[in-house]
Amino acid sequence: MAAAREKNLGNVILRVEGLHKRYGKDEVLKGVSFELRRGETKVVIGPSGTGKSTLLRCINQLSVPDQGRVWLEDIEITHARTNINHMRAQIGFVFQDFNLFSHLTALRNVSLGLVKVKRMRKEEALARARQELARVGLVAKADAYPAELSGGQKQRVSIARALAMDPKLILFDEPTSALDPELIGEVLEVMTHLAESGMTMIVVSHEMGFARAVADRIIFMEGGGILEEGTPAEMFTCPRCERTGQFLRKISELYGETENG
Amino acid sequence: MTTFEFAGSVLPRFLSATVITLELTAVGISGGLILGLLLGLTRVYAHRALSTVANVYIQFMRGTPLVIQVLVIYFGLPPYFHAMGLKPLNPLAAGCLAMALNSAAYQAEYIRGAIQAISSGQMQAARSMGMTKLQAVRHVILPQALRIVLPSWSNEVIYTLLYSSTVYFITLEDLSFASMKVAAKTGRALEAYVIAGVMYLVMVVFLSRLLAYAETRLRIPGLSLEERSR
Repeated sequence: MAAAREKNLGNVILRVEGLHKRYGKDEVLKGVSFELRRGETKVVIGPSGTGKSTLLRCINQLSVPDQGRVWLEDIEITHARTNINHMRAQIGFVFQDFNLFSHLTALRNVSLGLVKVKRMRKEEALARARQELARVGLVAKADAYPAELSGGQKQRVSIARALAMDPKLILFDEPTSALDPELIGEVLEVMTHLAESGMTMIVVSHEMGFARAVADRIIFMEGGGILEEGTPAEMFTCPRCERTGQFLRKISELYGETENG
Repeated sequence: MTTFEFAGSVLPRFLSATVITLELTAVGISGGLILGLLLGLTRVYAHRALSTVANVYIQFMRGTPLVIQVLVIYFGLPPYFHAMGLKPLNPLAAGCLAMALNSAAYQAEYIRGAIQAISSGQMQAARSMGMTKLQAVRHVILPQALRIVLPSWSNEVIYTLLYSSTVYFITLEDLSFASMKVAAKTGRALEAYVIAGVMYLVMVVFLSRLLAYAETRLRIPGLSLEERSR
């Protein structure tokens, strides 16, 4: 059954209020607001070009929003006086095309942030990095360079890289969209474990099976705004909004149902 | 005197001239690397105005002959040095300075190209984990850029060695100038020039080998221009 699992969600950890972002004449975000609770997995779905990735990038300020505010716990990320590097260190980001550091081995990719941002001693950082690689099942590839890894392995290393920083939440920007179909499963599996272990995450994804099985709440975005938000059960069985239902039917026609139920 | 005897008699003079050539090359390349790095980084990351200043410098140095640059520094600037209460540069210092200032412009362009060949996602990934821009450049961008630039940089080393002969215009006795003087004094022009040429060749071959070895040692899978373009 695809009912939302009962999970005790904590307090609000991230609050997004009225985000606007425009690129030239194109208004990509038209006032997006939502809240994320500790331990929550929120999956953001919707047609391409509706600002899902821009939303994630505005949260950690990789793109600076034109308007609106973002709070991590009680600190306003978007405030001019906030040390953005300090905030980013607490927010993991997993990219669609991995962006592993090409000149470093898998292990060093994971340890770099610990040494340079968290000022951890090198041996300690390497030990921690090894642990995180173990968590994504890639200890054997510790000494491989990114070019020597498959897409799925690269994405798992990049998840380990995010985890090593002990982030308060992780943002996933279409983490499986650049992968060959047969490699998607291994990445989703890691993400599912993470969600179950209580990690707070926002996942932009077209993987409906994952959304249905793992999300606590699903956000449907279109045209730069949130059309609807609800639990998977609400969204998949009887969306209040006709447009959401239309989108979900189209997606399931295109890709078929990826899970039983 | 046989050719071998001739070679033996001029060798000491040629060798001490070679030291000048190598000094010019070493200072030119290393000074050029430091300044070239600063210029290249300025071109890519600095504010528009500063980047334009760097660009004007680079275009100016690449658009005028090295000879003119050497002459300006050695003969053109001393009055100003004098006015500022400084001693004029000796020929070796002037030659080294000219070589470094010139090479910097070329190295800056190589470095700029290499940085721009790196995907913007590398910077984003570094920043997204909380690194400052400076940390990202230092720990993520430059280690990759310098590896990408190494093959063109190797050429720059060879060019600098060969173009260092330009200093003959300021009466600095490098290997080329020494061979000219010997040829004029002894009348054995062909032998003098061939010996000097062979000495250049030996240095070039040695440096090429050394740099090729460095390239192999520093190679990382997936990180070179050839592999990228595949």
